Amino acid sequence: MMRRSTQSKATVAAAAALLALTACTTDQSIENPPAATEGGEAAATEEAGATPAPEGGDEWFDQAEYDQQFEQRSASFEGDPEQPWTQYIDGEMTATAEFAADEPQKVCFSNASISNPWRQTGWITMNEQLKVLQDSGVISEMETRDAQDDDNTQIADIDYFIAEGGCDAFIISPNSTAALTPAVERACETGKPVVVFDRGVETDCATTFIHPIGGFAWGIDSANFLVDNLQEGDKVVALRILPGVDVLEQRWAAAEKIFEENGIEATDYFTGADPTEIKKIISDELATGDVQGVWMDAGDGAVAAIEAFEDAGADYPVMTGEDEMSYLRKWEDTGLTGIAPVYSNFQWRTPLLALERIFAGEEIPAEWVLPQEPITEDQRAGYLADNEGMPDGHYAKFGGEDLPGYPEVWRERIIP
Amino acid sequence: MSAAVTDRSAVLQQNRAPWHERALRALRTPGGAVFVLLVVLLLAAIAVNPSFGEPGSLIRFVGRTAPIAIAAIGQYFVIVSGEFDLSMGSVVTAQVFVAGNLIGQDDSRTVPVLVLMLVLGALVGLVNGLVTTLLKVPSFIVTLGTMLALLGLVLYWTGGAATGNPADSFRQIGRGGVQDVPVLEVLPYPVVLVTVIAAAAFWLMRRPYGRTLIAVGDNPRAAALTGARVWWVRTRAFMLSSLAATVAGIILVGYAGVHPSVGRGYEFTAITAVVLGGVVLGGGRGWVLSAAAGAFALETLFALLNFLGVQSTWRDTVQGVIIILAVAAGTQTWRRRRRGRTAPAQAPKHVIAAQPAPGSDQEGT
Repeated sequence: MMRRSTQSKATVAAAAALLALTACTTDQSIENPPAATEGGEAAATEEAGATPAPEGGDEWFDQAEYDQQFEQRSASFEGDPEQPWTQYIDGEMTATAEFAADEPQKVCFSNASISNPWRQTGWITMNEQLKVLQDSGVISEMETRDAQDDDNTQIADIDYFIAEGGCDAFIISPNSTAALTPAVERACETGKPVVVFDRGVETDCATTFIHPIGGFAWGIDSANFLVDNLQEGDKVVALRILPGVDVLEQRWAAAEKIFEENGIEATDYFTGADPTEIKKIISDELATGDVQGVWMDAGDGAVAAIEAFEDAGADYPVMTGEDEMSYLRKWEDTGLTGIAPVYSNFQWRTPLLALERIFAGEEIPAEWVLPQEPITEDQRAGYLADNEGMPDGHYAKFGGEDLPGYPEVWRERIIP
Repeated sequence: MSAAVTDRSAVLQQNRAPWHERALRALRTPGGAVFVLLVVLLLAAIAVNPSFGEPGSLIRFVGRTAPIAIAAIGQYFVIVSGEFDLSMGSVVTAQVFVAGNLIGQDDSRTVPVLVLMLVLGALVGLVNGLVTTLLKVPSFIVTLGTMLALLGLVLYWTGGAATGNPADSFRQIGRGGVQDVPVLEVLPYPVVLVTVIAAAAFWLMRRPYGRTLIAVGDNPRAAALTGARVWWVRTRAFMLSSLAATVAGIILVGYAGVHPSVGRGYEFTAITAVVLGGVVLGGGRGWVLSAAAGAFALETLFALLNFLGVQSTWRDTVQGVIIILAVAAGTQTWRRRRRGRTAPAQAPKHVIAAQPAPGSDQEGT
């Protein structure tokens, strides 16, 4: 039922009003600093904390982060390009000599959930990677607790691991950013290695934080593709899963900015990834007027969106989906103009491989930024061939081709 | 005495009024008012967005609302018998996954799986009904339990994520339609299904079963004393409800595809629709077609809000307010009728009962 429609005009108006408000206060404090200098400084720092996104007018937009991810899209990555899950952007490293161990170690994994196909695919890959590391004597066992999308459950899970898990290392895939920060900090205080991946937390106490480039990069890749293939004034329907998750909000924040700058009329809705809602939204939009493009913050439901155009007898839109097999197949079948942004699923292997290095005492990146490249129309056939026979919910860039269970485990979708 | 006679003739006069007067009077009841509301909402939606009024658009709208209307019809049977069915949404979700996982891409399995789904649906209703009526557990709790149990099963089975869609031939039930229909362009199969089901429900409510069902909802004790098997009447209502959810599920697999969020919140949408249709919670009053109209009114309202660009975070709020207002309006109207207009209708009965024929053995009531 989570769904929101925002007439872009309303958003712009509201954003403008908000901007005007914050801009006023910002301007005052910067241009007319109070006579007392220490007061002026205090006001300025307070301002920086109180207005999260002065430029974009959106609380999730962060110009510095946006620029950084924009650059990272074309950055060069260290490591073997054949194994993108081990690649990283050169940067600050963490020394891990203190964690070196000879014995197999017990790993405790606090997982946010496996409630969507992306997480399920990654979870399967992770377990196959675990088998390899168990065979090589790096890891004795991995105890996993699934928080089922609940912050409180995950906090309890982490505290359980700390208190009685007997863990030699922690892997945490946080459910939400702010709520999980204290729990991750408590895990850090145990002095054991902590690996955080996927969604982030507001602390850098972890030994390493593993993630693909990020949400802004996704938004930039996908929105620029739409802008390149549409004309000014064209209508784009943006289908978003749910509010409040940083990686998803950043995707939209970037895309919204690019649409605004290029005169694309974008209307965004929350769908909860429910295909019924998606179809309803598209039908209503098509009933009001033509829709030239569809932007999605995740591929789940892309097929339903395309079907809605078929059902209404309308022309196919320019589409952005994800590297999910259902979308790649539908994309090929229909021949529509599209792109598949990727939120690298192979990152689920990396935390265990990071622990392998940590237990060997090798230094690892403090922030492990993995490559994140969209699949273009030219590359599509290759990925379809490589993943032939995989179920619809499978992700093309899952990166498990060299693991022992390939391809049956993914083909049968055996969820541990 | 004379007063009673005048009252009685007044009632007779009222009942023998010309059809248009009776229709007008019916429109003033909650069950009739929903049709007025529906027309007003439709006109408003068309005024805001004229292309919505094109026959092709309208019929597609009816098609996509069909599963909700069917669910509302199913929910009506349970509510009018004085119970609740909260398990509907989960039944829809479970059936969507049964279709997705068991049919797969194999066309030949369509019919057996369809039969299996209907059997499963009936079975869930049977369990709901028997536990409610024989074990005397409030239906609110029983169906809440079924809802959670089914959701859990689906989660366990699927890990909470979509698998593949079933074969396209099966999905045609929800997606396809009769092509080249004059004026409408296409007549979606869900529209055909909802029409057939509404007609069948209308017919069923005029059969002895339907009359008994309302009697059971109004006063189960009295119904039991007349010899109705209350437990079986109610159990069948639960089965009808689960079967309706199953049909909604079959349509939704076609319309939307397999996803764990399909069917989410259906029980509340159905209950809202039924209440909006003037059916009294607690049972005994309401018309089945008003429940279906309630579903259409609700969806038209949401479409209208969409057209107006109202943020649909408001949607749940709108749904909540509607439930409260509709129930309030309903109870007020029915209470007024009970105190006022229907009172004379009962007065003559007292007069008749007070004058038993001497020596008659039929006075014992």
